[in-house]
Amino acid sequence: MTTQAKPEEVSAGSGGTPFLSVRDLSVRFSTEDGVVRAVDSLSFDVAPGSTLGIVGESGSGKSVTNLAVLGLHNPDRTEISGSIKLDGQELVGASNRELEKLRGRKMSMIFQDPLTALSPFHTIGKQIGETFRKHTGASKKEARDRAIEMLTKVGIPQPTSRVDDYPHQFSGGMRQRAMIAMSLVCDPKLVIADEPTTALDVTVQAQILDLLKDLQQEMGTAIILITHDLGVVARTAQDIMVMYAGRAVERGTVREVLKAPQHPYTWGLLSSMPSLTGDVDVPLRPVRGTPPSLINLPSGCPFNPRCDFREQVVGGGCTTERPPLSPATGHAAACHLTPAQRQDIFIDQIKPRLG
Amino acid sequence: MLRFLVRRTLGALVILLIVSMVTYALFFAIPADPARLYCGKTCTPENLALIRHDMGFDHAWPVQYWNWLSTIFTGGTFNGVHCGAPCFGYSFDKKELVGGILLDRFPTTLSLTVGSAVVFLIFGIGTGMLAAHKQGKPADKIASGFSLLASSMQIYVAGPLALWALCYSTDLLALPTYVPITEDPLGWAGGLLVPWIVLSLIWTANYTRMTRSSMVEQLSEDYVRTARAKGMSGTSVFMRYAWRGAMGTIVTVFGIDLGVLLGGAIITETTFSLHGLGELAIHSFRDSDLSLLVGVTVVAATLIVFFNIIVDAAYALIDPRIRLA
Repeated sequence: MTTQAKPEEVSAGSGGTPFLSVRDLSVRFSTEDGVVRAVDSLSFDVAPGSTLGIVGESGSGKSVTNLAVLGLHNPDRTEISGSIKLDGQELVGASNRELEKLRGRKMSMIFQDPLTALSPFHTIGKQIGETFRKHTGASKKEARDRAIEMLTKVGIPQPTSRVDDYPHQFSGGMRQRAMIAMSLVCDPKLVIADEPTTALDVTVQAQILDLLKDLQQEMGTAIILITHDLGVVARTAQDIMVMYAGRAVERGTVREVLKAPQHPYTWGLLSSMPSLTGDVDVPLRPVRGTPPSLINLPSGCPFNPRCDFREQVVGGGCTTERPPLSPATGHAAACHLTPAQRQDIFIDQIKPRLG
Repeated sequence: MLRFLVRRTLGALVILLIVSMVTYALFFAIPADPARLYCGKTCTPENLALIRHDMGFDHAWPVQYWNWLSTIFTGGTFNGVHCGAPCFGYSFDKKELVGGILLDRFPTTLSLTVGSAVVFLIFGIGTGMLAAHKQGKPADKIASGFSLLASSMQIYVAGPLALWALCYSTDLLALPTYVPITEDPLGWAGGLLVPWIVLSLIWTANYTRMTRSSMVEQLSEDYVRTARAKGMSGTSVFMRYAWRGAMGTIVTVFGIDLGVLLGGAIITETTFSLHGLGELAIHSFRDSDLSLLVGVTVVAATLIVFFNIIVDAAYALIDPRIRLA
């Protein structure tokens, strides 16, 4: 656990030196309409072998953060500041050459839609083997053998023949398995899974999540799981970070955040989930309003126009002052409500809704 | 593959039948009487009827069409000239067999097309890829600006301009002529240099724009991002992934363009006074030379249909998702 006492320091859950350490990361894009502040002074850590779930609605900066970790932004239009340290190596400002060596070997990514994310022009085996050859200098034969080994590992039947198939010959679930095989072929220590199950059937989703979990235990990989599905996080992650408008608004262990959420936005997310055991007639409560424009953020707390509790803040700082994420370590939220108020509101008003 | 070829060839024959039939029908729809043209000034009704009979114009057009069609397989004799199968008829205007005229003119069009195609493919794709690679940078803007300018230039503007600049006022290059490559390879190339330059310039611009836009589109594909995410180098991403995807579009358009160009570049050939199929098409129409007109039309249609089949077959090789059936 990192113990520096910086105000926005995040060090969730698991102990040990973090494998990935992000500090004050800001990502800005210049567009015709203005500067988009996609990520704004974000800090978080991922410990080796642990899973961090990043939750938030579309446009909250989840994917942008992780593309920044891999260095996949167009450098001409993107301004990245802050620090991203992977296993002690600084990635912000690293040359493309250095990043190429790390991508696929130390860190890799699983994308949302395996149909579009896999090349339609190359066989599955080639696409898996290519990564292996690039980073290990293996021969074509060795790469093919490795691809078969990986396909076996992710549970593809008849891997020796399926290795020569093209992605369109695979089913959706199998494609995502192949994608996982591809991202794990060089035993990376960090895998970023960007909504890995969103494009899949619910039954296949569970299989894919279990597979990721098994492989993580076997290989000791750290995983960042980006999702908007709290159920997925509850099932797979140890830590959660809730993002809103490019910042972390709450973070903590899965247990802390899901059982005793502190931030009104997290309450909103939880209330908007249907409960399988609850009464079917209870209407879902969506978070009212729409996500803010990242070009022109509301002043103060960016969530204030959508917040049901801002009247209760003593001194009314919601529209003037942006709340920091506090406390510095452990379960933290960025909200002007006092911890005691949050506790009361959650127990009195929110918890009964969650069924 | 074989099934595909057989099926498509049969389909192509049907298309060609329709094309030739429509050409016949259209010819008879316009108020032209070829017999009167050959009858001369001292034309008596008897003479006219005789000429009409000799030319085979004394039947209804479907009968004439049938005769034309059957002559292809049986051959025939026109004005004492024997025409063996496959016989495409006789041009009363040129007093020659249509097949012979076509064979005589085709090499000019072929040389013109192949020569410029090599140039515009290399430069067009090269410049387009450069522009896509340097997207938004000065190199891209220059290439895009040039291609916009060149592709909005018409051959009848660029052609005479080039002739004036390169031939008439400076004597830098030879005036366009066609010399068979078998006789004099250097003369062949020299005689076609100016048309090649002009044609390539305009087509390079088209291919630059097309290559650039399909590369830009491919570069924003998810699988290109995946390739980068797994550590592939910039060149490998560009060539092995993006170019691979863009190739389909380019091959398709090129195949069809090639068919069209080989069928006769009418304006180009007229601008440079080259006697190819395009010029022949215009002349045969002007002279109401039905058999020649049908001959040129069928050749042009055949080339387009043929290259369409080639494109579809090539597409299946490029994109494994396409299956030929």
